[in-house]
Order: sequence, then structure tokens, then C-alpha cells
Amino acid sequence: MIDAKNISKKFKQQTAVDAISFSVNEGENFVLLGTSGCGKTTTLKMLNRLIEPTDGEIFINQKNIRNENAETLRRSIGYALQNTGLFPHYTVAENIAVVPKLFKWSKEKIRARVEELMIKLHLSKEYYDTYPNELSGGQQQRVGLARALAADAGILLMDEPFGALDPITRTRVRNDFKNLEEFKKKTIVLVTHDVQEAFELADRICLMDKGKIVQTGKPTELLFKPANDFVKTFFDEQRLQLEYKSVTIKMLWQFLNDNGNIESSATEIAADRNVWQALECFSLNETDALIAHKNGITKKISYASLMNAFNQYKKAN
Amino acid sequence: MEQQQSLWEFIVQQRGKLLDQTIAHIGLTFISLFIAVLIGLPLGIFIARRKKAAAIVLNIAGILQTIPSIALLGFMIPLLGIGPLPAITALFLYALLPIIRNTYTGINEVDATVLEAASAMGFSKWQILTKVELPLAFPVILAGIRTATVINVGVATLAAYIAAGGLGEFIFGGISLNNTNMILAGAIPAALLAMLFDFLLSRVQKINLKKIRVAVVLMPFIILLLSSFYVIPSFEKNKLLAGFTPEFMGRQDGYLGLKSVYKLNIRNVVISDAVMYKAAYEKKLDIISGYSTDGRLRAFDLVILNDDKKIFPPYYAAPLIRNDVLQKYPEIENVLNLLSGKINDSIMTELNYEVDYLRRSPEAVAKDFLIKNNLYRQPRNGNKGTIHLGSKIFGEQYILINMYSMLIKGYTDLNVDTKTGLGGTKICFDAMTNNQIDMYPEYTGTGLLAILNASSATLNQLKQNEDSVYNYVADQFKKKYNLVWLKPIGFNNAYALMMRRQQSNELNVHSISELTDYINQSQN
Repeated sequence: MIDAKNISKKFKQQTAVDAISFSVNEGENFVLLGTSGCGKTTTLKMLNRLIEPTDGEIFINQKNIRNENAETLRRSIGYALQNTGLFPHYTVAENIAVVPKLFKWSKEKIRARVEELMIKLHLSKEYYDTYPNELSGGQQQRVGLARALAADAGILLMDEPFGALDPITRTRVRNDFKNLEEFKKKTIVLVTHDVQEAFELADRICLMDKGKIVQTGKPTELLFKPANDFVKTFFDEQRLQLEYKSVTIKMLWQFLNDNGNIESSATEIAADRNVWQALECFSLNETDALIAHKNGITKKISYASLMNAFNQYKKAN
Repeated sequence: MEQQQSLWEFIVQQRGKLLDQTIAHIGLTFISLFIAVLIGLPLGIFIARRKKAAAIVLNIAGILQTIPSIALLGFMIPLLGIGPLPAITALFLYALLPIIRNTYTGINEVDATVLEAASAMGFSKWQILTKVELPLAFPVILAGIRTATVINVGVATLAAYIAAGGLGEFIFGGISLNNTNMILAGAIPAALLAMLFDFLLSRVQKINLKKIRVAVVLMPFIILLLSSFYVIPSFEKNKLLAGFTPEFMGRQDGYLGLKSVYKLNIRNVVISDAVMYKAAYEKKLDIISGYSTDGRLRAFDLVILNDDKKIFPPYYAAPLIRNDVLQKYPEIENVLNLLSGKINDSIMTELNYEVDYLRRSPEAVAKDFLIKNNLYRQPRNGNKGTIHLGSKIFGEQYILINMYSMLIKGYTDLNVDTKTGLGGTKICFDAMTNNQIDMYPEYTGTGLLAILNASSATLNQLKQNEDSVYNYVADQFKKKYNLVWLKPIGFNNAYALMMRRQQSNELNVHSISELTDYINQSQN
């Protein structure tokens, strides 16, 4: 779907992006992760030609974007920014309607779409005619997301979209976003420096450093099969939590013992939940065991067997 | 209360003229503003894109701003002549800097992320400019327009100096005539206009974000509408155009007299004395109101139209001397009368021309004249006593006082002390009555009007006759102040209408009556 081949970007003396290649599949959530200055934002902006690559080619749906009109290209790609970039002189509704208006949708169609998105993003109807500066940071970010989604583009580029929010608001907006059908449907390229966020949202993570890609892969691959020491140390600080969060009960299934003999209280848990969530379940519900189902088989899991299975999984990988 | 009431009376009486001037003033302000926006806005946008050009453009506009407004108008005259064109050009140049600078600043201050977002949404460059940058920069740009408007309302008063009309006509007329009501009738509306526009624009500036787009569309129309107030004085080729000083416009022995006595109805503009002669020379004007012995008459080859119905009072120059000094040194009378009959209007004009125009020293001009007329004698020892001579602060008086000084030193044993450059009539006269000076050259008309404040009954009785005025003044001064008018020198430095010599001959117009006839004929 998106194919970047050997793209580079040089600013005067400095090389921001150094001949990198990657591809993003349709419907995939692809996260560009790295510290500031690693070239991830430059890479993102080259995808909708906000920045033109010095070298290399980018193909979207097999078409070289260099040969397309930049404005037409951008209208067909959703874009959300860290500081929202909302137009201060446009109302919330007008901001959301920017791209549909460029596409010259009918008034009714625009209105319907705006209202639909406001409901989806939990924006109260009363904000329809207010201006961005009257909204809280979280609400502004929701408007920014709605604007990026408005014309229902197949691709969504997001530049640290939750980066400017406080941790609590960030989690809330991110969760609401994750639960949108658009999130599941669309091809998303997201830039972040927040490791937790990357793991939470990514199908695949592309870890960058000094303009180069260090490793691309599923979150578990980066954790358990790091390509080099840089990848390994990059996650060290939050390793345990990341591991718990990236491994699901489903993935542990073969290592889990059925502790069917436990008589005491048990709580149901979905098999696609991760270990972190399972642990939360234990502590929040003060339960002794969890009940999970997979392929018609039911397992009753104790705390000890969960930890045991997790350790075995880690060894196996 | 008296003062306020009479100001009010003046305004009521002159309301037609005041309205015309106010409307012309608004028109001048906004035409130039409109052109400044038309050019300044795109220029500001351009330099916001090209940072290198920005410094150059802003510096040039900044330098233009520092030129004093009178000087800028002065520069305009050789290039563009007089009238609305140079006035609007000068005002335009003043309005330019605030508009360019604020457009530049306003656009630069637009949040970069907003621009990035606009670009990423697929806006074209033109859409980014018109839908994002200009609306967001609007309050800053408007602040620039507001500054420019207030500057223009103020500077536009100076347009009256170069025959472009506006409230300056009352202001400068009032200053010349020492008529406070007239000054205020021009100054108060000008100040009110400045405050009004400033207030209105401040309201627009605070406008709700939502209405910005409406305001952006409406502004040009409003400015254009206000611009249309200014009806450009028509400079038709075939008709004569007169330029009168603000002072002349308001005086009975000036334009008012021309209208009532001669029934002269000539198209006219108000213009400053400083540029009037040159404008006549350059055929921008045909008739001007000048002083009959001004050196520029000679410089620009202008001729005086005969005042055949005698509306301009005679301003014959004569030595005015304290009677007690005359008693003490009786020999001085004959010496001072030596100049009598030696200097007529054209000779005085010639002498003034040498001093004012050729920049020769008054002393050299005076000495040359005396030698040429066989009046000059080497100074004697000067041990008998000292005569204190005074003079007003212009060239003609300097020349005369130098002549008198040389004559006294050459023909008597008296010494001379000169106090030149005494500000005006009042200062010279007070210096006489306080025994600080003994003698200075004065003009009969000035004595009659400025010192004696003659009533209109007296004026009618004297009928502007040069002899009757001289006799009346001499008589009254002797009685009231114990001052003596010696024999008139012979020239008359009065108001006069003048025109180019060539045109005067072509049209066969040599007097004001002939001028009236000519205009009446050409209108039929």
C-alpha cells in the first residue's frame, strides 16, 4: 500500500533521513518510533509531500507520489498533528469540514458527516459552532482527529497526535480513538516517541535512530528478538511492563495449566487480553483465578500458572 | 462663553465651506489610504515570502516615513506640481510603511502549525493565503491601516498648502489671519475625524472571529466609498485658475473684496505662499495673490494686475521716527528723506530679488544702490550721538535699514546702532514706544489696520487712497503716540493679483477689471 524505497532527506549539511526503505500494508497500524531528531517526523511528512525527499521514491497504491499533484495527494490522506493545527478562525464544525469542502461535498453531506464524527469522537453537539480556543486541549485534539478522518481517506498520517496532552487525557483520547472502527480499518502511519503508545497502537513498530531504521517488526519481536543492543537498551526502562502488555493470554495458551480444581472465586477474561490486563484483573477483583476460553476449551488460570506460562513463553521466544 | 459662542457662530456661518472641506479631507485621506493598501498589502505579502527583500523594502518605507511632511510636499512640487496629485502621493507614501510593516508582521505571526495543517489538508498556496494567512493576520494588518488613517488625517491638513483642499484651508487661513475661530473650525473637525476613524477601526479590529471574513470583504468597499468623497478639482485647460493664500481667502481686502467689488468669480484653490509663485511660473496656476514687491515677481517674470477699483489698501513704506529724537537731531529728517521718490515698486522688487533670490547680503545690495544713485558717502566720525534703528524680520526691511544706516553715518556726525530682525509689527512698535529703538520703516496699511485698528467707517472714508491713508496715519500717530511718519519712500508693498507676463499680454489682461471681463466672456 505504502512503499518507501531508499528515501533520504538532507537539510543543508545535515542528513535527517538516510536512505531508508519500508512498506506499510493496507489496514496496518505502522508506528515510527524514536527519540527526537531521529528523522521519524521528516519521514512521515515525506509521505504526503509536506517535505520532498532528496532521494528515493515513495509509492502509494503503486503510484509514485512524485508524479501526483501535491494538493490532490494531500486531500486523499488524513493528517493529524501534535498541536492540532486547528484553524483558530474556523468553528469546530468548519474545521472538521475543511477537506470535504475542498472536495466540494454538498452542504447536507458535510453536515451529516461532521455530526457523525462529533458523536464518534465524543464531542458534545454544543461545540458545533464554538471556536477551538474555547475548547480544552483534549477536545481540540478530538476535533483534530475528526478533521483528519472527515473525508474518509484510506490513509491516515499522525504526527504525535496525543503528545501535547496530559497523561490522563492522553490515555482517554487514545482509548476512544482505538475503539473507532476507522482505527481498525485504515492504514495508519503514526509518529511517536512514547514507547507505551507505540506498543498500544502498533501492528508493527519501526524503530529509528539517526535517520536510519534500526528494526521493524511486531512489538513482541522488538522486545524478544532485538536486532542489536540499541533496540534492547531502548526498551530497558519499561521492559517488564511492555512485555506484560504485548503478550496476550492467547499467545500463552500452550503454556497455561488448567487449574480446574480451584474452588474459590474466578473472573472471566477474554483471551485477547494481555498479561498486564490479567494482572490488573487479579488485583482489582481480588480474585484467585481467571477463566479464559479458546477454541471451545476453557481454562481456569491461577496467578502462579500465569506467571509460569509467561516465563516459559519468554524462554521459547 | 463669548469665545465658544462666536466659534459656534463662525461654524454656522461657514457651514457650507466647512462641510466641503471636511468631505474633501475625508476623501484625500481615504484615496491615499486606498492606494496605500492596494500597494502595501501585496508588497507586505511579498516580503513575508522573501525575507531578503523584507529588510530593503521596510528600510525604504521607514526612511520615507522620517521625511518631515512639509518637506515631502516640497519635494513633490517639482515632480508633480501642485494640487491633488502631489498631495495624494505624499499621503500615500506616509500610509505605506504602517501597512507594509503590519502585513509583513501579521503574516509572519501566523502559527506555523496552522499553516502546516492547511498545507497538509490540501489547500493550494492561494487558498492558504486567502483562507488562513490573511484572515489570521487581519487584526494586525488592520492595526496598520488604523495607524495610517490617523497619520493621514493629520498630514492631510497640509494638503491645503499645495492647493489640494481639506481642513487645512481653515487652519492655515486662521493662523495667517490670527483668527482663532477659523483655526479651531479647521482643527477641531480634523481632530474629531482622527478620533472617529481611530475609534471605528478599533471596533473593527476587535471584531469577532466569525465576522472577520465579512469585514475582509467589506473593508475595500468602505474605503472606496469614503475615497469617492474627494472630488478632484477639475483643472480644465482653457479656464484660468487662481491660487490664493489661506490668509487672502479670508480677508475683506482680499478674495472677499474681489468677489464683492469686482464681481470676480474665478475658479480658485488655496495654496501656500511658499510655493505659489513657482506654481504660477510653471503654469499650474494663472492668477496668484502675492505681495507687490516680492523678489519672486522678478524671478518668475510675473506682472501685477492694476487694482483699478482700489480694494487693496496702500502699504506705502516710510520711515517712522520718534518725535523727541527728531527734535533732538533735526538734521536727520532730511537725511532720512533722501530715499523718498528713489525706490518705486519695480526697483524694490529688483532689490528684493537680489537678496531673497540671488542670496546677496542686504548690506551689499544697499550700498550698490546708494552708489548707483549718487547717494553714498563715506562715514563720518559719528561722535555726536547714537540713533537706534529697528527692522522687521524680512529681506526688504534689512535692505532699507542698511541704507538708512549708511545715509546717517555719511551725512551726519551721528553713530548708528541697528536692531534687526524684530519679529513683527507689534514688537517693532512696542520697542519704539518704550524708547528702545528710535526709528524703523513701516507701511501705511499696517499702521492703519494693525496699529490703529481703523474702523470700517474710517476705511470707507479713506477710500484706499494712498495720500488720504498717509495723512490719516501720520496725523493719528502724531496725536496718539508722538511718532512721526516721514516722507513715503515711494513703493507700495501691498496685496496684488499677479499673472505671467506672457499670458497677461496674450489675453490683454492688465487690470483686475479686465480679468473679470475676460472670465465673464469666456464663460459665455
